[in-house]
Amino acid sequence: MTATLRIPEPFHPTSSPMEAARWTRRRKLATDLRAVTGRAYPRVIGLIREPSWLLFEILLPFLTTSAFVFVYRALQAPPEYVGFAVLGGAMTAFWLNVIWMMAAQLYWEKDQGNLDIYFTAPVSLMSVLFGMAIGGLFSSCLRAAVVLGVGTVLYDVVFTVEQWGLLIGVFLLTLGALYGLGMVLASLFLLFGREAWHLTQAMQEPVYFVSGLNFPVGRLGMLGFLAIALIPLAVGLDAIRQLAFAGSAAHVGTPSPEVEALILVAMVVVSLALARAMIHRLEWLARSEGRLTVRGG
Amino acid sequence: MSAPAAPATPSSIDDLPPAIEVRGVRRVYKAKPNPVTALDGVDLDVAPGELFGLLGPNGAGKTTLIKILTTLLLPTDGTARVFGFDVARQTTEIRRIMNIVSGGEQSGYGLLQVREQLWMFSQFYGIPVREGWRRVDELIDAVGLQEQRHQKISSLSTGQRQKLNLARGLMNDPWILFLDEPTLGLDVSAARVVRDLVRGWQAAVPGRTILLTSHYMAEVDELCDRLAIVDHGRILALGTPTELKQRVSAGSIFRLVLDALEGGVEPIAALPGVERAVLAADDATAPDGQTVAVNLQLTDDAVLGSVITALAAQDAHIVALQKSEPTLEDVFVELVGRGFGDAPEGDR
Repeated sequence: MTATLRIPEPFHPTSSPMEAARWTRRRKLATDLRAVTGRAYPRVIGLIREPSWLLFEILLPFLTTSAFVFVYRALQAPPEYVGFAVLGGAMTAFWLNVIWMMAAQLYWEKDQGNLDIYFTAPVSLMSVLFGMAIGGLFSSCLRAAVVLGVGTVLYDVVFTVEQWGLLIGVFLLTLGALYGLGMVLASLFLLFGREAWHLTQAMQEPVYFVSGLNFPVGRLGMLGFLAIALIPLAVGLDAIRQLAFAGSAAHVGTPSPEVEALILVAMVVVSLALARAMIHRLEWLARSEGRLTVRGG
Repeated sequence: MSAPAAPATPSSIDDLPPAIEVRGVRRVYKAKPNPVTALDGVDLDVAPGELFGLLGPNGAGKTTLIKILTTLLLPTDGTARVFGFDVARQTTEIRRIMNIVSGGEQSGYGLLQVREQLWMFSQFYGIPVREGWRRVDELIDAVGLQEQRHQKISSLSTGQRQKLNLARGLMNDPWILFLDEPTLGLDVSAARVVRDLVRGWQAAVPGRTILLTSHYMAEVDELCDRLAIVDHGRILALGTPTELKQRVSAGSIFRLVLDALEGGVEPIAALPGVERAVLAADDATAPDGQTVAVNLQLTDDAVLGSVITALAAQDAHIVALQKSEPTLEDVFVELVGRGFGDAPEGDR
């Protein structure tokens, strides 16, 4: 095959490199936003192009949720417990996406040779992380929506929501805190590689347990409180349950949704600040030690 | 990071600062048991509009220098500037005017199609959405990937993959393009497309600069305005290909292709009148992998007789014999005392 060798015209002609290097704030912001879109793009395309996720990410986890539903019914637990399990199943989508896909992403990007390109692109590295998060959110939202929708219909879950605004706010804050944590984990994974991977693997089930994924976290007493203070999934899920099943007698021993919303705000702020500091630290380490961006290095 | 002092817009490329200005750059990697010095006091100037080559064997330090100039690495000592911007402090400015393409690069996401992948990268350079798609199509045409436009990245051949990488590298109209072994592993035809495209792209706008690293001597000889020969982190010689080849002392240079050379080149090199005998590193001399190519430098043509006799004694048969002009490999051997193929270390 022969190339036609028609050299494209410059899309943004400049008369010198110095002029080309001078960007307005608006152009810088626009480029960062475009980088978010660009990085989210492959995840969205992947969702459409590889439907196997329907089986692995929806059907199989839904079986776990269903198992809890049947146990609660067999024990004649209050009906909202079925709803708790369905909500927990839906929120699992985000948690799994954060600790596996999001956390491993930079490590994987390095392996692919993409990290060099991201580091040398004229964008903030935070926009790359945001792009990863938004791409992950897109696929996880779909999965969560399917689990919630099917679970609600199949198991006759009846929600009693009195504060829609707060419920939506808490949900968004939970996502913000979860994906903020994912951004931090992404940097840690890149720094510590397999050790971080093993740690996450070891922590998966304990986090499920202390987050009260399939039961009210308040039942864990002090351990539940600790989880609410530290784990976005635990505090977010508990607040969502309180708001989705208002007035239920099952909510015992945990702070009010308003307080939990404040905890989530703090988690979002801290995790984003930490993620920003860590990615800059990573870049500095990469440049000074020369190992992080080198494939296999 | 504070904004750089913005120089006035020049009226011609003569007014531009050096495209690359490297002073006393050292780079030491921490390693066990001993630190590795990849660059050891490199000084280099590349003018705007030049196509400059770094020629050296694996491990010479070429990639390290490129990583420093592309802001991926900090120098341990010394300073480096790209169009006047300091690589240590003005990374943002440098990233806005440069791009890098490496040989064997596997960047991107296998499930994306060629068009989608390029568009994705266009977003990292801030190209508006529609403009990005238009530019992607232009670049696909330019590199000759029209038929693969909707093919998944994971199914591309090595050559197609490298054309895609080059298209990505040209996406943001860089003022300076770093090409690190861009034709590594490509067949002759794909390598030709890459070289033609690089040359055409550079010629289209005065001031566009290319720094090319390669261990293919013919490629550097053909493409570069000037080059530096690098080994063990030092620049050994610098000049135009013609200037460098003139450094090789007078004598007769032959290229012998043999069916085998089980006794090695040492017995030949030891013959009276043989100034140098090395195995050729250039793949093109022995494309079938069945033959062995040897470069000879003799005091005069008459010495060839004793060489042929010595080869016959080794049961080595001549497949081809060519009297040739000095090559850059001859220059390298003259400077270093060994051929490229003898370099022991991995890439740095």
